[in-house]
Amino acid sequence: MSVPFLVFFACAFMAVLGAVLLLVSWEPIHSALSLILVMMSLAVLYLLLGAEFIAAVQIIVYAGAIMVLFVFVIMLLNAGNEERTDWSKIAKVVGLPMGFFLLLLIARSLSRSVAGAAIANGVGAQSNAAVSTRDLSTALFRQYLFPFEATSILILIALLGAWILARKDD
Amino acid sequence: MEFAKEFVGQHPVLVVSLVKIAVLLFVVMTALAYLTWFERKVVARIQSRWGPYYVGAHGLLQPLADGLKFLFKEDMTPPTSDKFTYTIAPFLALALALTAIALIPFGPPNIQVLGQSVFMISNLDIGLLFLFAITSIGVYGVALAGWSSNSKYPLLGGLRSSAQMISYEVSLTLSVVGVLLIAGTLNFNDIISGQSGYYLHFIPRWHVIPQIVGFLCYITAAIAETNRIPFDLPEAETELVAGFHTEYSSFKFAMFFMAEYANMITVSCLATILFFGGWLSPFPDSWTWQNYLPGAGLILLGIYCAYDTVVNMRGIAKIQFAVVTMLCLGGGAITLLPMVAPVIQGPFWLTTKVIAFLFFYVWTRGTLPRFRYDQLMDFGWKLLLPVSLANLVVTSFVMIVPYLRHG
Amino acid sequence: MSVIPISYYLVLSAILFGLGAVGVVFKRNIITILMSIELMLNAVNLAFVAFARAHGQIDGLVFVFFVIVVAAAEAAVGLAIVIMVTNNRQSLNVERINLLKF
Repeated sequence: MSVPFLVFFACAFMAVLGAVLLLVSWEPIHSALSLILVMMSLAVLYLLLGAEFIAAVQIIVYAGAIMVLFVFVIMLLNAGNEERTDWSKIAKVVGLPMGFFLLLLIARSLSRSVAGAAIANGVGAQSNAAVSTRDLSTALFRQYLFPFEATSILILIALLGAWILARKDD
Repeated sequence: MEFAKEFVGQHPVLVVSLVKIAVLLFVVMTALAYLTWFERKVVARIQSRWGPYYVGAHGLLQPLADGLKFLFKEDMTPPTSDKFTYTIAPFLALALALTAIALIPFGPPNIQVLGQSVFMISNLDIGLLFLFAITSIGVYGVALAGWSSNSKYPLLGGLRSSAQMISYEVSLTLSVVGVLLIAGTLNFNDIISGQSGYYLHFIPRWHVIPQIVGFLCYITAAIAETNRIPFDLPEAETELVAGFHTEYSSFKFAMFFMAEYANMITVSCLATILFFGGWLSPFPDSWTWQNYLPGAGLILLGIYCAYDTVVNMRGIAKIQFAVVTMLCLGGGAITLLPMVAPVIQGPFWLTTKVIAFLFFYVWTRGTLPRFRYDQLMDFGWKLLLPVSLANLVVTSFVMIVPYLRHG
Repeated sequence: MSVIPISYYLVLSAILFGLGAVGVVFKRNIITILMSIELMLNAVNLAFVAFARAHGQIDGLVFVFFVIVVAAAEAAVGLAIVIMVTNNRQSLNVERINLLKF
């Protein structure tokens, strides 16, 4: 049990725990905190996969800006607890087993396909080396320059849209 | 004993890192405590009064007294608060503030023990980006503290404080990008190494000279980011009782307090590294007499303390200050040893510059009035952000001009 | 020091995606539904980074960068819409927003 495996299982466990807490919590603020836990453990997983710039961007943008936005809106709207209603009988009796059966079906057909077999037989990481920021930015600004500029216009549109939608009508 | 030697031989990284972390934690906690003393003394002198004077000689045991007071106070929890979030918010704030200090290099990387460099705990290739990541998570400590107290003033204070922090974070990161363009790397050690060398043989090639606008934007955004006067409306006593930490008492309040000072130290260290050459000395390397500067400084301080002990102190303060004198003289003698003197150069210069920055922080606190909240947000978005962006555009233009002619 | 096989990351990504989908279907608070969508996007990001490592190409990481940026824009606009709807209906329950139901 080497150190990378231990770190992977710890972070995977925390990610799944956070996701389950997100679904199970009564209060929206606890769901937001669980989602932040998921994002931080995913950032550590990205570091394990050698994508250090993406890990830093995940923490800065996702956990540090988007989730702050969610937390602010929850606080401003004073979101209370979810209402307690029971699930329908069909969902309780048939839902979970059917979901599990569907998952088994998909997994079986995927593992018998060509791509699935390649993955299962260990098209794995050759090393745990990191990808440098310089290579990533070279690809971003040369090969993917057009999507980059289009995304910046997208953010501008989103900014204007959010401002117009959320202002008070005087 | 043999087992210990073998363990250290097989796991040098682990053992040296643990020792470094323990030493750094001890030093940083002591520095936090005495930063409170420093602030109270300097603000008092600006306001023509003495500051702490009675608790130890010259008030030097005041932080200890304050720490004991915080430990012995009653720890109340508001009954209708969200208990988990209420408990976790101060821990989060302090843990993040202390983690940021682990990224900072205190000296040159070539001084090593067992193959591990002594003066930095981690040498990340994206060190600067990780520091900003830790700063952006620090918003949660404030926001969650305000929300979980379940009371009007903390909620308003917490929301205002976190909105201020995220607004000035944008300007903070943008004002630093000019430095990154010049340095070409996010690694702290490479940024510092890029600042060695001299213009005209005696002006050090620090980044503050080409990036003076960036430096001014950075220091303004940093003061706003750490919620200090003149930007501390969300925690001002006359406005919102005590802002987001109104409902906190004893040790949890002490943790918020420590987190604020630790953030100040981190931001000062970052300003030193990015703009003022980090652990590089301002004098050329050929002036070897600068090896004796720390020792000379400490011995002069010891002589002043000796004079003060003999002439001014009475009773137990005389004994305490005599001990301080011995420490200063002893420390000065140790740093003059030929083995220690070159090693201590890096941390000495970094500490000197950081203390100068902290003095500047406390000076602005004692001198300037505070902004109103809407003035604060206007300033952040309408003045500081365009200036940072303009700095970035002009810097990148100036960097690219030499390449335009060659195609 | 052995290397972790990529299939482990893909299984984790599938589990997170499934949990996010369950959240979108079964939760009644709009903000929690938006957060479950963000969880699904994160799961997809993990799959992208895992494949970028498996094939040794950098395009996966570039795509992750774009997904994060688009998720930020979508969260901003989505939450602005949530604020507007709440101002009108005074409730965060999706089942109350049913004026267009036949």
